[in-house]
Parts: sequence; structure tokens; C-alpha cells
Amino acid sequence: MKDAAKKIVSDGIRKAGRNVSQNEGLIFEKSAPHKRAFELPPLDVPAVDPSAALGAAHARESVEGFPEVSEIEVVRHFTRLSTWNYAIDLGMYPLGSCTMKYNPRVNEFVARLDGIATEHPYQPAEVSLGCLKIMRTLEKCLLEITGMDACTLEPAAGAQGELCGLLLIRAYLQSKGSARRTVLIPDSAHGTNPATATIAGYEVQSIRSDAAGQIDVEALKSIVNDDVAALMVTNPSTLGVFEQRIAEIAEILHAHGALLYMDGANMNALAGIARPGDFGVDVMHLNLHKTFSTPHGGGGPGAGPVLVKNFLEPFLPVPVLVEKDGRLSLETHRRTSIGRLRAFGGNFGVLVRALAYTLAYGPGMRQATEDAVLNANYIRRNLEDFYDLPYKSPSMHEVVFSDARQKKNGVNTMDIAKRLIDYGFHPYTTAFPLIVPGALMIEPTESESKEECDLFIDAMRSIAAEAETNPELVKTAPHNTRIGRLDEVTAARKPILRWRPATSAAPSPSDLSEPNPPSSRSSE
Amino acid sequence: MRYLPKSPSERQAMLQSVGAGSIEKLFESIPAPLRLGRALDLPGPMSEAEIIAWFQARAAENSLGYSSFLGAGVYNHLRSVVTDTILLRGEFLTSYTPYQAEISQGTLQAIFEFQTLMCQLTGQEVANASMWDGSTATTEAALMAARLTGRTRLVVARSLHPEYRQVLATYGRNIGLTAEEIPYTASGQIDTARLAAAVNDETAAVIVQSPNFFGVLEEVPELAEIAHACKALLVVSVTEGVSLGIVRPPAEADIVAMETQSFGMAPSFGGPYAGVIATRERFIRQMPGRLAGQTTDAAGRRGFVLTLATREQHIRREKATSNICTNQALCALAATVHLCLLGKEGLRELALQNLAKARFAAAELARVPGVRIPFTGPWFNEFVIEFPRSARMANRRLLDDKIIGPLPLGPWYPELTKHGLVCVTETMPRAEIERFATALGAVLAGPL
Repeated sequence: MKDAAKKIVSDGIRKAGRNVSQNEGLIFEKSAPHKRAFELPPLDVPAVDPSAALGAAHARESVEGFPEVSEIEVVRHFTRLSTWNYAIDLGMYPLGSCTMKYNPRVNEFVARLDGIATEHPYQPAEVSLGCLKIMRTLEKCLLEITGMDACTLEPAAGAQGELCGLLLIRAYLQSKGSARRTVLIPDSAHGTNPATATIAGYEVQSIRSDAAGQIDVEALKSIVNDDVAALMVTNPSTLGVFEQRIAEIAEILHAHGALLYMDGANMNALAGIARPGDFGVDVMHLNLHKTFSTPHGGGGPGAGPVLVKNFLEPFLPVPVLVEKDGRLSLETHRRTSIGRLRAFGGNFGVLVRALAYTLAYGPGMRQATEDAVLNANYIRRNLEDFYDLPYKSPSMHEVVFSDARQKKNGVNTMDIAKRLIDYGFHPYTTAFPLIVPGALMIEPTESESKEECDLFIDAMRSIAAEAETNPELVKTAPHNTRIGRLDEVTAARKPILRWRPATSAAPSPSDLSEPNPPSSRSSE
Repeated sequence: MRYLPKSPSERQAMLQSVGAGSIEKLFESIPAPLRLGRALDLPGPMSEAEIIAWFQARAAENSLGYSSFLGAGVYNHLRSVVTDTILLRGEFLTSYTPYQAEISQGTLQAIFEFQTLMCQLTGQEVANASMWDGSTATTEAALMAARLTGRTRLVVARSLHPEYRQVLATYGRNIGLTAEEIPYTASGQIDTARLAAAVNDETAAVIVQSPNFFGVLEEVPELAEIAHACKALLVVSVTEGVSLGIVRPPAEADIVAMETQSFGMAPSFGGPYAGVIATRERFIRQMPGRLAGQTTDAAGRRGFVLTLATREQHIRREKATSNICTNQALCALAATVHLCLLGKEGLRELALQNLAKARFAAAELARVPGVRIPFTGPWFNEFVIEFPRSARMANRRLLDDKIIGPLPLGPWYPELTKHGLVCVTETMPRAEIERFATALGAVLAGPL
């Protein structure tokens, strides 16, 4: 038993320890009648009887099953839950294409200021000048970084930015009397690209990558015709490789009256180095929760501003931020606009954070890009003797290996990823891009020190060795987490998507058991 | 630069390790003519203190010191400092989407609790992990209804938030959804006779809001009967979630699309907030967005995973139920913490205070000569008032008294140019309500 535990911990694990972890049930299981965590100031107007005011048919007594707990219990509950998460604040988060960089704390501070967090989207422009200036300043910064001409900050996330971009393309083509039905998408693209094209009402045609992982320009030439509205390209691609022939690709599309859309998910490789507006891109989106450091928060919120060349500007979604005679205002009606994408104009609080990030760097943003690319190449150089590198093209901000070598011992990318958890790291992106079977997609970002990169490299090398000498150890990982691999099949077959009050017995004792006795997971 | 953790000599050592003589070498894969041959022209760099000063200066150009009676989908409510304390924990703030369940149980369990709270509030069986906001949730509910019924015609209340209707139009027109709008009556509720006449066997969904844009509650059971008679679905949009503390939930609806901003999220000039879709269990495979589900590990321990991902874009690509990827997870966490703090009794008391304050304000304003409260239907914390003249003009004068007056309805409802939407929540002191009524009296008594 002791030996087994020691083996699982492994001498190679230097970043993480095994510490006590607090158990915690669901908040509903802690509830007891008449406990409370919130008290209101006394009502300073006459009370009103809800049944009389709303009518008995509309009145509700109480919300069945709602929790009743005290303040300390709420604080402990969520604090305990928080300790079960990995986070950038704990260490490297090498998820490829996700750009998990440091989220500066001053950004959180300014987004919460009175006079910023407190502002209502419908308040008159006379008392919103500060908000409008924040938006305008951010727009100008994003235009300079991308080399584009005009901007909307409205889209709530990258996927909505993609939709916005495709609707702009459609509106422009329609204004030219050219209804087209097809959007081309490389086989290496993120899943949102085809999903968005469908929602925008387009047919998706996939185009293959060539042997170097680049868009196959010859194939593109043979496919593009007068029915193609646009090509959606991610540059650098999801392989972390710059599209060498991007300018030529733009020319091919333009010659057929089609437009070039760029998914800006990988802009962290380019900021300060090269600008999409300078290599033929007509419309693009940025993910402020990637390149511009706004926190992912466990899955959102983000923001997906869209940047366009001048000829698309008349079609921007409302509200449009306009500057006339030095006065800023939001224009809510525009005849040529694609319409409105969401209520109230945008995830303003996210925009505030992105601007704070940009102001912190100024022109020095280039240094962040350089460090991000240096980190990726450093990791590539130090792991390429241990993992298969299917595409040898120069890496930018991320590097994609495959599990081809480890597969021989029955160890796949997911196993390696799960074992990485034992070493104190969040896994890289697994099994994406789809063009690399068994992909290990690693994006360190500029936020990692040499020390953290070295720890990561050591961990990956150690796992590569384990895959040779003790594949079972890797295949059954993680071993040091609160819980082991979860039964996803049952979760999907018999979905339990909410808590319900126990009808007969209390929750089973297993729910409250000791976290992760190592013997139960190890198969040696 | 303070965010970058490398010394010059470490950079040098790393460059050497990769075999590059200089950093430029690493960018040679970008064709030279495409490279930016100059420094970016950006403001900055700024120290932390300068950033704070810059944003404080912007804050001073906004509405500090004004009393606002605006609602219309974004509400001022009390927020406990506990909520922000939790949100600022790095383990929540700086974590990614919980795809790696073993080290994301905190986020996953919190989502599971969020889904449960949303079901309890709305009277529905399942809820998702969040949508971008109430407007996109309502639109996604419409798309979901179209998929479920195989129909493309929507019947939409004119008393649904005008901007929600605009979003619906933007999404709908590209995929062949059409919408017919149904007027409101003197009660401020949807005209049920016109609705019944409009719904037929081509109708995918009837879409209403309750409390509606005018603050008036709709008769949800009756609307459900009208929709269901033609096998159409009823979608109910809720923008003011606090109402559900004392208002019967739209349990007869097939899909509820809710904005949760009222639960612990600052107005923040329009976002970020979190929308949510709640529905019947039998509809989950057509539901958009992430879902957390309960399961066990090999040792039988309870845990949570993202589940039913075969609906989603990263698996299904162009066949997905929606293109949504990044959602509003941290905002959903804010709602979860906030609602756990409020609890059963707190939510009810909060709703009762809103009801009482708004009724008090309505009575005060109704006493102002020339002011009328036109709609007769039941309402919660928002109501329409009619001025003897343009609402916009009256508001301009109120601004001099540091009062942000009722939202003018004219831009959306040409027949309501003298009308404004007033919202009063628990945050508004009685003295400010009285000051508003007095100031409005003076404005209306004064010269045009």
C-alpha cells in the first residue's frame, strides 16, 4: 500500500504535493428551515400584500427547495468548491488555442469601480461619456493592433463574433446583388466555425490541409467559384503555424468576389508583429478572453469584437459607436445594418478589462507576443525528442505533438493529459486539431517563466518514460485528484442535471467518503 | 514589464536552447512584407496607479451622484460583498471551461447548483449552464422550438423587450424564420384574441415576456393553452428574475429563457450578464449550451461532468444545436452565490420590497398633475407612466435635478411617445422617490 502510493506520487512530480482536501456536499443538502445569509434594510414604505396586488392566480408562496443557509456556510461552501479547481493562479495552463495567460488584478479592480460597474446601458449619453470613451479608446487600440478600419465591440464571445462577421459578409454581398451559399472552412478549424456558418444560413464546405498543415492553395483554387461567400481561416492555424500564402489566398478569394474571414483566436502570436489588415483579411474577430487577458472564469464571459475593412462598415450591427464633431454617441438605427446581435450593446465589463490590459503594455505588447512564441518553441525543442511532431513547420505561439510513439504502448493523448494532472499541471488540449490523430496541443503563453516551462518539460519527459516502463500508471491517471476519471457514458445515458430532494434516504455514504484513497485507483 | 516573468538572461538562454540567434528568427515564417516594420502606436505603457487613475477619470464622466429609475431588462439590486469575494478567488476567476473534470469539480458542482436553482425558480425540469444573456437565450429558445416542431413561424408579443425582438430578427432572417407580432391591450398584456387568431399549425412557438417589457404579468396558463392547441410551443422570457420570488413561475411554458442579471450582477453598461434556458426534460437533446451532469468515478464517489456534448459545436460542428462555446460561467456563479445568500426567505422579502417600493412610487407619481398610469394589468416592480408631453423632454429637465427619469418608449413604440417606463427596486430610498415625484411635478408645471 505504502509502496503503491509512493510510486504513484513519483519522484518526478516536483510541482504538486498531496494535501488535505475538504469535502463538501451540495448547498441544498446543507439547508435547514429559517437559516439565512442575507438581511435587508427595513422597508421604508408601506408593505403590500402580493395576492392583493398581483391577484391570487399570480402569487407564489415560496420557491420550493431553495437553499436556506447562513453566510459562513455560503462562504465555506464556495471556498471549498474553489479548492477543487485548477487555475492560472496555481500554475501553467497549457491549453492550445485557449491562450490561458495571467489575468491582471488591476483589471478586476477598475471594472468594479463606482461610475463604471454601476452604469445603466439606457442612461443618457450626457452622463455616459466615460463609458463611451472607454469603448472608443479600446476600438482605436484594436484597430491599430489588427490594421483594420472599423470595429464593433458588441459580440458577446468569439462565436458571436464569427456570426457577426458572416452576416456582414452576407449583407455586403447582397448589396452587390450577389447571393452566395457556401462558406469554406479548413479541416483544421475550431468547431465554432462550421456551427456558426450554419446558423448564418450558409452551407459548409471543408477544405483540406496540405502536407505541411497549411491551406492547400491549389485545392482552394479549384474550389472557389461564384457561389463561395467567404473562407474562414485561423491564422496562425490551429497547428500554431503561420499561413505562408495568406496574401495569395486573399487574392484568390477576392478575384472571385469572395471575402476572407479571419478567426482571431490565435492573435497572441501576432500582436505587434503582423496585422491581419495588412495581409488581405476583410473581416475578423478577436477573443478578448484570450489575447487580451480577460479571465475565462470557468467558461466565460468573453467578448468577441469584430473588425472590418471600410467597405463593410455600413453594415455593422447596432448600436454603432459614432463620433461626430468630437462627440461620442451610440447610433441605434442604421438602414444598412445587419441588425442587433444582443441587447444592450456588449459585455462592457469585459471591454474595460481588455483596455486595462492594453494600456498596461502599450507598444510593449510586442514583448508579450515574443515571449509567448519563445515559450512555445522552447517547449517544442525540449520535447521533440520525446513526442512525435507530425508537422515540422516552424511553430509560433503553440506546438502540436501527437501520441504516435506512446500509442505503441497503448497510451493515448488523453492518458498523458490525465497523468499531467498528477504532476501539478492542467492538461494541454487533447485530440484537436482534428487533422492530427491523437493531438497534444500545447500553448504556454507569455505568462510562464523559464522555471515553470522547465517543470512542464520535466513532467512531460517523465510521463514519456512512464509510458514506456509503466503504461498502466499513465492509463489509469489521475491518481492524486479528489476523484478519478468519471463515468461519462452513464452521465450522458441517464442524465442527472439537477438536484432533487431525497425521497427516501439521505445521500449515500460514498458521497462523503475520503477523497481518493490511492489504492482504489491504481491497478498494479 | 510587470506581467512578464523572464529576465533578459533567461530569454537569452531560452533562445540559445531553441537555436535561434535572435527573437526575430522565430518570426521568419511570416513573409517579410507582411511583418509590421514599426512599433504599435498605442497609449501606454501605464503603471497600475496610472491605469486606476485613468479609469477613475472615466468614472467621473458618468452618472455618479444621479438617481436612476431605469430598468427595462437591467436592474439595480443589492449585491452582497460576499459574492464578489467568491468571484475573485483565482480558482474560479482564472480557471477554464471545466472539460477536465478531475480538476474542475468546483466549477462543475457550482454549475450543477446553478442549473438546480434555475429549475426551482422557473418551475422547469432542466436548465443549462448559461447563455450569453437574456436576449440571445430567448433567440436560442426560438431556434430550439423551430427544431423541435419542424416549423418556421414565430408569433411574438409586441410587449417582448424591443431589443430582444431585434436580436430574434437578426438571427431568424438568415435561416428562414418569420415572426408575426401581436399587439398589447389596455391592460398592457398580449391581446389573446389576436394571438389565438394568429397561431396555427405552422407556428413553431409563441414568444412572450413575463413580467413583460411594460412590467405587466402575462397570463401564462392561458397562453400555453392557445399555443398547445396548435401543437406550438410556448416560450416565456423573464428579464426580472427577482419577480419569481413572489410571482407564480411560468411552469406551463415549454421553454423559459431568463436573464439572471438581477442576481448579483452589476449593470456594467450592458454586460456581462448571464442568460439561461430552462425546459422540459424531454427536450434536452435539442437544448443549446453546456450542461453539467452528476455521475460517479470508479470508486463510486459522486462527481460532475459536462455532459450531452454531442449537441455542441466542438463535437458536432455544423450539425450542432448552437454555435455557442464560451458562455457566461462566472456570471452564472455570481447568480448561484447570490441566490444561496438570499435563500428562500431572502428572495421572497426582496421581491416583496420591490413590489412595495414600486407601488409607493406609482402612487406618488400618479398624484403629479397630468401624469397617468395607463396599463391596468398586474405588475411587479416596473410600470409605464404617461406624461402630458414628450417623455424625452421631461427627462432632459429631470437630468438637471440629477434624476435619470423613466425610459422613453417612443423610439420603440411610436404610439407611446409620451410614455416612460419606471423601475423602482429595493435600492431606491423613499426620500428619493418623493424627490423624483416633486421634481417631475415642477418640470411638468414649468414652461415647455
